[in-house]
Amino acid sequence: MKTDAKKYSNSITEFIKKYNTYLMLAVCLIICMVISPDFLTLTNLFNISRQYAALTVVSMGMLLVIATGGIDLSVGSYLACGSVLVAIFINSGLGLIPAILLDVALGLVCGTLSGVLVAKFKMPAFIVTMAMMTIIRGAAFILSNGSPIRTPSNTISQLGQNTVAHIIPLLLVLALVVVAIFAFVINRTSFGRIVLATGSNENCVRLSGIRVNYYLIAVYAISGLCATLGGVMAASRTGIGTPLYGEGLELDAIAACVIGGASLSGGTGSAVKTVVGVLVLALIGNIMNLLSVPSYPQDVIKGLIIIASVLLQIFTSSKKETA
Amino acid sequence: MGSEYLVEMENISKRFSGVKALDNMNFKLGKGEIHALIGENGAGKSTLMNILAGAFPSDEGTIKIDGKIRKISSPKVSRELGISVIHQELMLAPHLTVAENIFIDRLSSKGGVINWKKLKQDAKDILTKLGFGDIDPNARIMDLSVAYQQVVEICKSLSRNVKILVLDEPTAVLTFNEIQKLFVLLRNIRDQGMGVIYISHRLEEIFELCDKITVMKDGCYIGDYDTKNISKDELIEKMVGRELTTLFPKRNAEIGDIVLEVKNLNAGRMVKNISFNIRKGEVVGFSGLVGAGRTETMRAIFGADKIDSGTITYFGKEVVFKSPYEAVKNGIGFLPEDRKQQGILLDMPIRNNVTLTALKKVTKASVIRQKADKGLAESILKEVSAKYHALSDKVSSLSGGNQQKVALSKWLAADCKLMILDEPTRGVDVGAKSEIYKIINDLAESGIAVIMISSEMEEILNMSDRVYVMRRGSITGELPKEDLQDVNIMKLCVGE
Repeated sequence: MKTDAKKYSNSITEFIKKYNTYLMLAVCLIICMVISPDFLTLTNLFNISRQYAALTVVSMGMLLVIATGGIDLSVGSYLACGSVLVAIFINSGLGLIPAILLDVALGLVCGTLSGVLVAKFKMPAFIVTMAMMTIIRGAAFILSNGSPIRTPSNTISQLGQNTVAHIIPLLLVLALVVVAIFAFVINRTSFGRIVLATGSNENCVRLSGIRVNYYLIAVYAISGLCATLGGVMAASRTGIGTPLYGEGLELDAIAACVIGGASLSGGTGSAVKTVVGVLVLALIGNIMNLLSVPSYPQDVIKGLIIIASVLLQIFTSSKKETA
Repeated sequence: MGSEYLVEMENISKRFSGVKALDNMNFKLGKGEIHALIGENGAGKSTLMNILAGAFPSDEGTIKIDGKIRKISSPKVSRELGISVIHQELMLAPHLTVAENIFIDRLSSKGGVINWKKLKQDAKDILTKLGFGDIDPNARIMDLSVAYQQVVEICKSLSRNVKILVLDEPTAVLTFNEIQKLFVLLRNIRDQGMGVIYISHRLEEIFELCDKITVMKDGCYIGDYDTKNISKDELIEKMVGRELTTLFPKRNAEIGDIVLEVKNLNAGRMVKNISFNIRKGEVVGFSGLVGAGRTETMRAIFGADKIDSGTITYFGKEVVFKSPYEAVKNGIGFLPEDRKQQGILLDMPIRNNVTLTALKKVTKASVIRQKADKGLAESILKEVSAKYHALSDKVSSLSGGNQQKVALSKWLAADCKLMILDEPTRGVDVGAKSEIYKIINDLAESGIAVIMISSEMEEILNMSDRVYVMRRGSITGELPKEDLQDVNIMKLCVGE
């Protein structure tokens, strides 16, 4: 009997260990539903999804970088510059699709540049992307002259307002497609496996005859692309491109990855769990909005919850034992 | 005064999440005794020593230190009882100097101000007393060889009234004459009435150094023996519980054409004018002291480090591999000496490790075919008789021997034509050692050229068809099979 009880409690801790990210989401959901009757309305839910679609996409790029043991602090700036550039391109008469493609291509190029500095020149990712953060934010201000750029209402804002099957926001669908691609790449392709392996032990991967630098450059390039796409999505919600978008967004993206169980030292990372991380952040933000908590206390509470959630993971993750 | 034993551990049992690590284990260390503790990897040696060091308590059993029953509830208590454990992973601050490290916990005597002159003199005194006066107290730890780092670690313990010194595989990274120096040091300690517990897989050293031997197996006490009254074969039998017909299996490899010919290779400070060759099906040993430039030579050939000058001819074609990628693409495999840092992905599943070098084989348009991936990993792990629970388990959950087999598997998956093995059996127990030798033989028999760097004399003597000896970055001699004797190798190593 006694051993049965022990087994039972063991399996409960096992369960918590395995699904702690999801449990956290469930707790947030329940709190939201209890606190506010408005929460569980389609309008509110789709609002949240529109609002956080960009962060989801940005977090996917961040996840790959973190999986290699790096970090990308420049994503917020990419998002701002991406929104400015896509607005400029559209206003200069470019079609919607060419404008978006050109925009994300530029993001890809800048990201590649960061990657080359990190991989080839062995500069710390923190420094490279921090410099990139100010460079690109500065570029966004220069390009826009510091003021928001409006676009005609029938162009990019269509993207933000369109729905699939008359109800599901297009932005949500877009974000889900990106997540699905990343989940597949991380779990099922040699690229994903090598990216995780690089984060686990770069030396070993290099000595196994794999061109680690290619993969390192690639993840920063992809992160640049995702963050710029995030800029397009942000512009599509308002129809405006502005250099003020995405202030502090890098921290939200990192937080989403970490809540999703990714280790900042690399080697771990799950796309789906990172989405859960985004959702946790989204729910925290939403519930405080519904309760009309002012924005300064919101930041404090958000920070505390991030600490709490990571602590929970540390406490529930299996302890190392020496045999 | 007190008992004749320094340490008496009686009926010690310990469980880890239900798994029994120690079961009624007994261990006694006498005064003025060097006592070997041996057993296969996973036998529970480290667990027993961790209990002695206060890392965690035992579930059952008593510990007497100097005849008095003690409860070692924390590392601090253990230290106060005069116990010091020197781990394989050294506990030194790499950026600080030798003197600072030795006196790390009492750098200052008055009001937090360090008297540098005195500190350095004290360090110098301790080092000189132990016969290592050539170590500069001002040198930074990171600039010292691993062997000297270990000496510093021992000095650090001895400078604080240690009575019981525990050494866990201290010679794994040392070379012949460094080992001899360490032995002099340990005998010295013994003669002063202290006790030394010596954990090692190297039986020849145990017979040379130790007075008594305690054997353990699967967490149980097998027995203790006077070194004088037991033979090596008996001991091995007690350790593995079965008779090992021979540690070094026979090989029937046909030696063919030259695979690799290196001429006048220079690379950095450690590789000077190296020339050697290796043939198909041949096992060529590289002997030498640690820091002789063997690893550096192989890294340069493998494209991991830059080559300054010289030619490398591989299958008749002159080549320069600019990166490991190019070397691997051309069928060269390299098993690094530092398994955890370079050889394996500790936190990754076993499966991801094995097929890392062969992802092309198991992917289609870079999408991993799960079945092929799993099948390849399983078949190779079976080939090397690795023991594991599930392919998805992390490599860190395996014993040292099985980790090494996983590291080897990676190269078996890559279909190499030339395999460079750097200390292939470091930190591996006797049973797994023999199995690794068998794998090496299989490789040679299938026509692969094998370069084996090894600091273990027995391994070099028994496994090699030919041996090159290196000293201070140069090859000092080549010994054909008929001249393979330890004296010949030793002479070339030390440059007589």
